[in-house]
Amino acid sequence: MIEAHGLFKHFGSVRAVDGVSLRAADGCITGLLGPNGAGKSTTLRLLSSMLQPDQGSAVIDGIDLATDPMTARRTLGVLPHDAGLYPHLSGRENIAYFGKLCGLSRERVQARVAELIDDFALGEFADRPAKGYSQGQRTRIALARAIVHRPRNLLLDEPTAGLDVMATRGLREQVRQLRDTGRCVLLSSHVMQEVTNLCDHIVIIAQGRVVAAGSPDQIRSQAGQEDLEEAFVSIIGSTEGLE
Amino acid sequence: MNSPLWIVAAKEVLENIRDRRTVLTALLFGPLFGPVLFAGMLGFSVDRALDDDTSVLTLHAAGAGQAPNLSAFLTAQGIEIQPLETDLAGARAAVANGERERILFIPGGYAEAVRSGRIARVQLVADSSDQTGNRDTDRVRRALTAYGNRTGLLRLQARGVDPAILQPLAVDEIDISTPAGRSVLLLGMVSYFLLFAVLMGGFYLAIDTTAGERERHSLEPLLGLPVPRWQIVGGKILATWLFMMLSLIIALAAFAVSLQLVPFEELGMRSNFGFGVAVSIFLALTPFAVFAAGLLTLVASFTRSYREAQSYLTVVLLVPTVPIIFANFSGVRPDLLTMAVPSLSQHLLITQLLKAEPLSALQATISGVVTTGLGLVLIWLVARLYRRESILG
Repeated sequence: MIEAHGLFKHFGSVRAVDGVSLRAADGCITGLLGPNGAGKSTTLRLLSSMLQPDQGSAVIDGIDLATDPMTARRTLGVLPHDAGLYPHLSGRENIAYFGKLCGLSRERVQARVAELIDDFALGEFADRPAKGYSQGQRTRIALARAIVHRPRNLLLDEPTAGLDVMATRGLREQVRQLRDTGRCVLLSSHVMQEVTNLCDHIVIIAQGRVVAAGSPDQIRSQAGQEDLEEAFVSIIGSTEGLE
Repeated sequence: MNSPLWIVAAKEVLENIRDRRTVLTALLFGPLFGPVLFAGMLGFSVDRALDDDTSVLTLHAAGAGQAPNLSAFLTAQGIEIQPLETDLAGARAAVANGERERILFIPGGYAEAVRSGRIARVQLVADSSDQTGNRDTDRVRRALTAYGNRTGLLRLQARGVDPAILQPLAVDEIDISTPAGRSVLLLGMVSYFLLFAVLMGGFYLAIDTTAGERERHSLEPLLGLPVPRWQIVGGKILATWLFMMLSLIIALAAFAVSLQLVPFEELGMRSNFGFGVAVSIFLALTPFAVFAAGLLTLVASFTRSYREAQSYLTVVLLVPTVPIIFANFSGVRPDLLTMAVPSLSQHLLITQLLKAEPLSALQATISGVVTTGLGLVLIWLVARLYRRESILG
């Protein structure tokens, strides 16, 4: 479970995150929806301990990131925006590298990587050097790499950005599989249709603040709109920066 | 071997061995540039220096028939006379248009002037703007002067005068340099090329592991892992250091071969570059590689992109040469203070090793300890930098 309690993060005069509280439950895909520049990436970076909040706290499975970041990170899988691979390593080696760094033994790394390649159907390209990968192949390997240490919680920053239709479908399927194994998935997106399709719980964020949160049904009734997209628009106030 | 530091280092080494540009720069161009250039340049200039004294030089001479003694003297000096029929104007024209390099013109009254003991004039026609020809012209001039001096002495003796009257002062130069010491004038550049090999060995790794990793967007996932950042930074710098040491070993081996090609003995010099000296140089440069790995990584960590890192590091490559150039111009001798300067202390130690001079254990220790210490400070600064949020760019 991932919880944010009143997170603030300002860069100079820019209030990137201005009091965000949210909760993403286990066995559930939580979507962080907002226009570009709303503070989604900064929120995820605060939750992954890449950034320190000016105020507030982030708690992963009951562990406060500020007091015990190493333990918290062990339960976290992070896919940053536009995550890159090592071009001279194969996909398999890229995943194995992170597995070893997370302290898995050589045998367990091999078994785990084989399992991930199998589960997510990456076998077709997993042994080629990563420099020849398409954006979709790169993202799918990066997601497998992010969960090599079997984290219970996942932070995905715009995972489908730049992917074509088929790659997007493949990636969404990967995310659903993870949810179905009981994991807590928090993903950000500025694509309304993606959030509508994929997420069980939606947190809408604008100008660094949470403006609405709930299941799709709750969002619809809260906005008094039958159509979910119309509901988003009425809550955020405009469609600028959304797709 | 299971600590993250080793895992990071092993991965960086593996990945860079697969990168052709890194391998070419670190293991070929960097270490071999010096030895190849050195052997070529040195072999060439030594060959020429040897040529000057031993090879036969052909000199075209007009009117040589009147001067059989002069001709015989020049021939004994290795200058072979080629008779030529021309007047002075013709000789000037022939040299001016490049047909002949130089012409000795012996005018009509020569034999008569010599016989009667008057000053006999000869003309040496040459082009002093021709740099390569000047050396040979000098040789001819020296031989002519020597012939004149000898004839003068013989004339004095014939008149019963002690020739010593013309030499009121004699200067005896006593050169205390050893054969190995003399070769240091030529070998002085070896230490520079070895420092260069160390720096080039780690050049692309320092960039690839820092600015490159950030540009590829693989830094954030890496830093998000449950691994202390100092171990990640340490592994990256360890890989850079390993490549530097590998480059150094290749450079030392290449120098051992290329210096064989230089005929030191014929120059009255000796190359003191045996296995023992190579090992000592390796040990002297090991702390410098720690310093260099820290320095290159620190500078590369500040830059935002691969290209920016490349341009900054190219400048940084020149920094260690500054103390060496300074030392060469001001004639610095090894002492406790100079041994505290990275690159300068290694240069002085290597020079002493090549000269076969005894090393001071205290000085070598100071060089090693201070250089390593400064290197560790730089590495500590890199680790601090990687704890900052702004490292993600």
